[in-house]
Amino acid sequence: MTEIFGIPLQAFLSQLLLGLVNGSFYAMLSLGLAVIFGLLNIVNFAHGTFYMMGAFGAWLLLQYLGLNYWFALILSPIAVGLLGVLVEKSMLRWLYKLDHLYGLLLTFGLALVLEGLFRQQFGVSGQPYQVPDLLRGATNLGFMILPNYRAWVVVASLVVCFATWYVIERTKLGAYLRAGTENPALTQAFGVNVPRMVTLTYAFGVALAGFAGVLASPIIQVNPLMGNNIIIVVFAVVVIGGMGSILGSILTGLSLGVIEGLTKVFYPEASSTVVFVIMAIVLLVRPAGLFGKEK
Amino acid sequence: MRKCPRIPASWRLTWERRTKVSTAATETKTALSISGLHAWYGESHILHGVDLKVHQGEVVTLLGRNGAGRTTTLKSILGLVGSRKGSIKVNGIEAIGLPTHQIAHIGIGYCPEERGIFSSLTAEENLLLPPEVQAGGMTIGEIYAMFPNLEERRHSQGSRLSGGEQQMLAMARILRTGAHLLLLDEITEGLAPVIVQTLGRVIGQLKDRGFTIVLVEQNFRFAAPIADRHYVMEHGRIAETFSAAELEAKMDMLHEYLGV
Ligand SMILES: Nc1ncnc2c1ncn2[C@@H]1O[C@H](COP(=O)(O)OP(=O)(O)OP(=O)(O)O)[C@@H](O)[C@H]1O
Ligand SMILES: [Mg+2]
Repeated sequence: MTEIFGIPLQAFLSQLLLGLVNGSFYAMLSLGLAVIFGLLNIVNFAHGTFYMMGAFGAWLLLQYLGLNYWFALILSPIAVGLLGVLVEKSMLRWLYKLDHLYGLLLTFGLALVLEGLFRQQFGVSGQPYQVPDLLRGATNLGFMILPNYRAWVVVASLVVCFATWYVIERTKLGAYLRAGTENPALTQAFGVNVPRMVTLTYAFGVALAGFAGVLASPIIQVNPLMGNNIIIVVFAVVVIGGMGSILGSILTGLSLGVIEGLTKVFYPEASSTVVFVIMAIVLLVRPAGLFGKEK
Repeated sequence: MRKCPRIPASWRLTWERRTKVSTAATETKTALSISGLHAWYGESHILHGVDLKVHQGEVVTLLGRNGAGRTTTLKSILGLVGSRKGSIKVNGIEAIGLPTHQIAHIGIGYCPEERGIFSSLTAEENLLLPPEVQAGGMTIGEIYAMFPNLEERRHSQGSRLSGGEQQMLAMARILRTGAHLLLLDEITEGLAPVIVQTLGRVIGQLKDRGFTIVLVEQNFRFAAPIADRHYVMEHGRIAETFSAAELEAKMDMLHEYLGV
């Protein structure tokens, strides 16, 4: 049997894939955080909660309306996005002129409240969600067995992330967003409806988290704490990549997932801390993050 | 007692329409009409009742010492100050209650003092950024003919442009939108004499095309030959107004106001 550094190739590859799957979630979540932070100047601590609600959306749609995974993949992020519109218009709007800290505190409080409500309603034990029929099973690639659903998660999130990157960096709409991020007052003076753009950007960012939540629901148990578990790592990813860089957050998310996966193979004891060790090193060497610009 | 006869609704409408049309007709000749404008940044009261009128097709300067409130006047027109009070009519439309993004759409192009080139956008993205506000703006071809450097540099990142190129770009990008009232804040500041000359020619061409221009300037030698009228500001008020023809006679007064 083939081995890499004394590890069976099979085990190595499957950990790599697992890392890539986790990395896909990190990428989608940190991308949303970066876009929101860029335009709104708000560290969205409720991001994990929106991810959790995306997953619950999928479960609820199936449970109460009988709508399957594919409907959920569209409807749940839309619902989460609409909730985002509500949050932005009713609460965040009042904080833009204040320090970052206020936005962070508000969204943190919001996360606690929403999570509390879900815990109250659904408990913490978690709800199972089935892999959709189309993506059941695995494909034998010869050198490894590839679980179809995991492959789908990686592909779907890569497509969504790079589509987002493309729209922001290469289109007119993206030019408005970049301009608004850099100088909102002047962008608005040119006649761009910046307040509406801010609302839609927040909605898009949290809808992306909701989408990630739906993708995650067949992999992990849908439960009110799932956002909590992942968001800590995602914030570390954002710190490493640098707040506000689109491509940076995608690449950092993916590669940290992979690094975490590989650490599991070679030194399992460190696998849950490796991201934070990297974060500490990056903060010492490049405080603005790998892709961030000093302000 | 005689009762007043009720005027039929259709008549009233006609009258309302007629008065509306006639005021609109007189006001179309005034591109910008500001009266009793007060403006604040937070607690600090900066403008204390500015009155100013600019006719269509006119080039008017706003002169004054540093801190007189000229930039604040332009910003107030666009709603970029903390708060403002008074009346600002642009092409006959009251702008004081409108949000900033709607004010641009009544036909204003704004070139800010700090130029405001977006560094994360390329030169061409900067040029194409401001949305069209009215039909009949200049085409990209015409703009590049007016500013040949910009065509060469169109793929450069905004942050990589020289000061002169940034100023050209800041001017160029508001010509595309169809706005006919241009508010230009210190466009010659810190630029080499050749570039200042080019800008002078550009202003002349824009005037020939019928643009209405408000020029905030320190460089009086630049402004004098191209302006039709001059306003002098001091302490957040208009202190003097005179036409280009009266310039000779007002020179002494002007030196006093500008401290040059
Ligand atoms: N953002 C701001 N907050 C508080 N005060 C301001 C702000 N911007 C300007 N001011 C004050 O408003 C007054 C008028 O400033 P303004 O920028 O309009 O002057 P100006 O005539 O354009 O002069 P110049 O550009 O030559 O300095 C100044 O006293 C200035 O200190
Ligand atoms: Mg000024």
